[in-house]
Amino acid sequence: MAKLGSKKPTQRPTARGRKGWTARAVLTSVVLLATTAFAADTLDTNALKRLVHQDCGSCHGLSLKGGLGPDLRSETLKHYDAEVLTGVILDGIPDTAMPPWRPLISEEEAEWIAHYLLEQEEQ
Amino acid sequence: MRHVILTLAATMLMTTAQAEPTATGDLGLVIERAKGSVLLVDQSDRAALARIEGLGDLSHASLVYSSDERFAYIFGRDGGLTKVDIVARQIVNRIVQAGNAIGGAISDDGKLVAVSNYEPGGVRVFDAETLAMVADIPTDSKTIGLVDAPGRRFVFTMWDTGETWIADFAKGDPMVTKIPDMGKNPYDALITANGRTYITGLFGEDGLTALDLWAETPEPIRVLPDYGRGQEEMPVYKMPHLEGWALTGREFVLPAIGHHEVLWIDADTLTETGRTKTHGQPVFAMARPDGRQVWVNFAHPLNDTIQVIDSVSKEIIHEFKPGPAVLHMEFTPRGHEVWISVRDANKVMVYDTQTFEKLREIDADSPSGIFFTARAHRTGL
Repeated sequence: MAKLGSKKPTQRPTARGRKGWTARAVLTSVVLLATTAFAADTLDTNALKRLVHQDCGSCHGLSLKGGLGPDLRSETLKHYDAEVLTGVILDGIPDTAMPPWRPLISEEEAEWIAHYLLEQEEQ
Repeated sequence: MRHVILTLAATMLMTTAQAEPTATGDLGLVIERAKGSVLLVDQSDRAALARIEGLGDLSHASLVYSSDERFAYIFGRDGGLTKVDIVARQIVNRIVQAGNAIGGAISDDGKLVAVSNYEPGGVRVFDAETLAMVADIPTDSKTIGLVDAPGRRFVFTMWDTGETWIADFAKGDPMVTKIPDMGKNPYDALITANGRTYITGLFGEDGLTALDLWAETPEPIRVLPDYGRGQEEMPVYKMPHLEGWALTGREFVLPAIGHHEVLWIDADTLTETGRTKTHGQPVFAMARPDGRQVWVNFAHPLNDTIQVIDSVSKEIIHEFKPGPAVLHMEFTPRGHEVWISVRDANKVMVYDTQTFEKLREIDADSPSGIFFTARAHRTGL
């Protein structure tokens, strides 16, 4: 099984191959801007932030530094694409303690959370 | 000379009396998880007395009391171990002993404080007086379910490797007994009040595993190994806690995992005696000290509700919604009242356990764990 305590997220395959870092950063920013603009109308971002810190935080820590679940700070997650993170949030990771959140949140909300995790200020 | 000393002693006693000595027997502390503070509360006054700040990241914090009920040792998520004097209402010592901690325990003689850590995985043991490190026990695993056991022992379990270790400090340097094959991904554990039975709940497989600590060589005993088999597991959005190990007459009651129910287990045979369907995934299933009622709270997103179960009929006799994010419950030592932390209402609410009437609301900043000083005299708390 995937070890929850794994400190080497870089070893996990990502959905996309390696791209130029700049290109990816630009793409991420564009997607984030688009998502944020869209989110402003439909998503309760304060409620989502609260969900991330309080409820994801049950396992990942209030400040997302990790607990029973791994560290979720942007520095640790930056090797993942938002798409991969969105998938993990929605469907969980089988045979680990990461549950699927699809019963509780929408795909848009999961996308917002994935971008929020990637874009957090360094803590 | 003798006369002078006696006079001096008498004067000192009088001074103390005039300063109104603090009796700690009905005091308690409430963790304010976001603020990194603890709130000193008084049970009989149903009031907050003082806030003590500067305890770091308390997002998953717990504490134990010294045997004289004067000091609290608070275990923070950030590895902080803080010793608070609840009489003087101040921090007297604080260390950061690891990167990521999950809980702690105090030895039966009150001399050793142990902390279980996720990072680096293991247990570290400190002198209760000075907080100087006495022992470092790496386990190469996230370490959970740390409890004190009679005879200056600590028992703890490894999430990654499924082992339970018993560290015996009776003769100074610890003697460690390792018990493998406790099961896959144990997530929490508890010890019965008499210090005999240690039980760990399993996330990675069905059931629980017990140890008889009175046995010469404790062996894993499977409890409810077929529990939940063939039923679809529901997602677990918060791991249950087993601290509220509830003995109701001859039975224990425990939160199920992946199922919306609590489990009743015969205390002697460790076999199932019943199940009660609940509102959601239980987090705490805590018996009132007399054992007559069991109060249950739930994981996100159903964490605004409490159900009360009658331990004779095993039926739900009361359900109510104290408010958003009910995180913890603590009974007064004889069980006439229960204090409930409602995180997102920023309140601690006090209820009468006979009438279920709300008696008081106390302001607190994102309150989580509530700990009354009576815990000082209980094994495993």
